[in-house]
Amino acid sequence: MDTLIVLVLLTFLAITAIGIIVLRDLLGAVILLGLYSLTAAGAFVVMDAVDVAFTEAAVGAGISTILFLGALSFTKHEQKPRGHDSWVALIFVVVTGGLLIYGTLDMPHYGSPDSPSQTHPELAVRYVQESGSEVGPPNIVTSVLASYRGYDTLGETVVVFAAGVAVLSLLGLRRRRPEDEAPEDAPGDIPAADPQDNPRRNV
Amino acid sequence: MKLYPRQRHRVLQVVTKLVIPFVLMFGLYVQFHGDYGPGGGFQAGVIFASAFILHGLIFGLKRTRDVLSPTVLRFMMASGVLLYAGTGLVTMLFGGELLNYSVLAHEPTHGQHWGIFAVELGVGITVTGVMITLFYGFASKR
Repeated sequence: MDTLIVLVLLTFLAITAIGIIVLRDLLGAVILLGLYSLTAAGAFVVMDAVDVAFTEAAVGAGISTILFLGALSFTKHEQKPRGHDSWVALIFVVVTGGLLIYGTLDMPHYGSPDSPSQTHPELAVRYVQESGSEVGPPNIVTSVLASYRGYDTLGETVVVFAAGVAVLSLLGLRRRRPEDEAPEDAPGDIPAADPQDNPRRNV
Repeated sequence: MKLYPRQRHRVLQVVTKLVIPFVLMFGLYVQFHGDYGPGGGFQAGVIFASAFILHGLIFGLKRTRDVLSPTVLRFMMASGVLLYAGTGLVTMLFGGELLNYSVLAHEPTHGQHWGIFAVELGVGITVTGVMITLFYGFASKR
């Protein structure tokens, strides 16, 4: 049953990905991206990776959709038709994709008994059996992330911070009082809410 | 007659006002319940930020900035990382290794509990600040 659900979800993922490529309408593509993340989150849930699914749903389906919508407000909603098809680009994409698929061939199959985590179970067994008495929280993922791998999470937090600083320095938040220039209407108005009311937009 | 969004999106605004407290509560739940269920600082930060982003989308950036100014966000971004790294320094002051929370209390698991609490809170604060900053950056530039 699980396999069937995962198969359906993965088929959905592939269809959504093709839809994103084919679609000229950027707004539709952004919505499909959100759908893609949500489907991926569903697949993670079926694979019992609830924490990952949570993050994927919140970040992929939530925040990045919003940020893409924000980026869309800089530009038109329609992708510019390309006059020519670039064969060089196609070759590059095919070669890169082929390399990625070739790379996955070395990876153990999902749930395979030959995977390194199964043949060398010491670490996983230690986490499962000892984290309750060593660290405490019933959620082992939290124990691993925050305590056993505290360094990693510190690094990740610094990366998030650095990303914020980078965006600040690139896009820059203006120092003047916002009422001077902040638009009266919400950025969310742009996409589909009420296009005919808003002559400034190219819809 | 010019229609302001206030009048255009009345239904959305009412629904948003109803939803935002629940989103914030859920963010806090995910933050402080991460020990027991799925979740933790990162997810909580994103959920917490999404409440403010929703407010910004529906009520306009100006009013959201009145609630949470960019200056406060910058402090949040930095203070989360400082809280995390500071926890590591405190564990060193207590005589342990960096980020070895067991030394924070008499009982090692209590120390771990406090350490994880502080560290996850740091992650949550930084992620909230960064996410809302990203949104402000994009939304204020158009």
